[in-house]
Amino acid sequence: MSLTQAVFILLGAMAVLGALGMVTLRNLFHSALAMILALFSIAGVYVLLEAEFLAVVQVLVCVGAIAMLILFGIMLTRDIVGRATPVRNRQWPLALAVSAGLLAVLAIGLVRAVWTQAAGAAPAGVADLGLALVGPYALPFEVASVLLLVAMVGALIIAREARE
Amino acid sequence: MIPLTWYLVLSAVLFCIGLYGVLARRNAIAILMGAELMLNSANINLAAFERYLAAGSLAGQVFVIFNVAVAAAEAAVGLALILAIYRSRDTVSVEEVDLLKG
Repeated sequence: MSLTQAVFILLGAMAVLGALGMVTLRNLFHSALAMILALFSIAGVYVLLEAEFLAVVQVLVCVGAIAMLILFGIMLTRDIVGRATPVRNRQWPLALAVSAGLLAVLAIGLVRAVWTQAAGAAPAGVADLGLALVGPYALPFEVASVLLLVAMVGALIIAREARE
Repeated sequence: MIPLTWYLVLSAVLFCIGLYGVLARRNAIAILMGAELMLNSANINLAAFERYLAAGSLAGQVFVIFNVAVAAAEAAVGLALILAIYRSRDTVSVEEVDLLKG
């Protein structure tokens, strides 16, 4: 086993561990910290995929912005200890069965699938990505920025304190 | 070299854990975190497919960037909705939010 494979297994184990902690921990704050661990490990996976820009975006947006937003949400709703209510709802065995079944189907399909790999072309760099975003992908890029603007205004209006 | 299947299996495992979180948790914020994890596992797939099956085509990485933008918008609007529900109903448990139930 080569070094990169060992690093991948380590990162994957950290991501799965963080994800499992996220869905099982009782304290919602700990759950959010476990999610940060999982998202950070995914940034490491991007580095292994030679997508450095994605790794930076992952750390900045997912770990930096979204996780902070969720932590603020948890603190603003102060339901941290869950007031002794159970973490899971009544249908959790069904949810577990559905998730495990989907995982089994996906795993069997993925292990059996044969991929025709492209002959070793050079991975795209950050400069190519930037040119693509303002060239062939300019219209989706603008649509994404409009979406972000609409989401920001909408979030502000929905979350605003209603004044009588 | 890491086989492509490893990335796909890791992504499938993370997706299913996120799905379980969405289906089984009571707290609305925990459900939002599960959805976040599912989006991120899809992103691993996109980046891995680009790297292994279409290296240099950039389509996968561009998709991941748009996906991250959508995830950020979803988290902002979702948390705003949860805050608004918490203000009016004093709870973030999805089982107690049943205004539309006849």
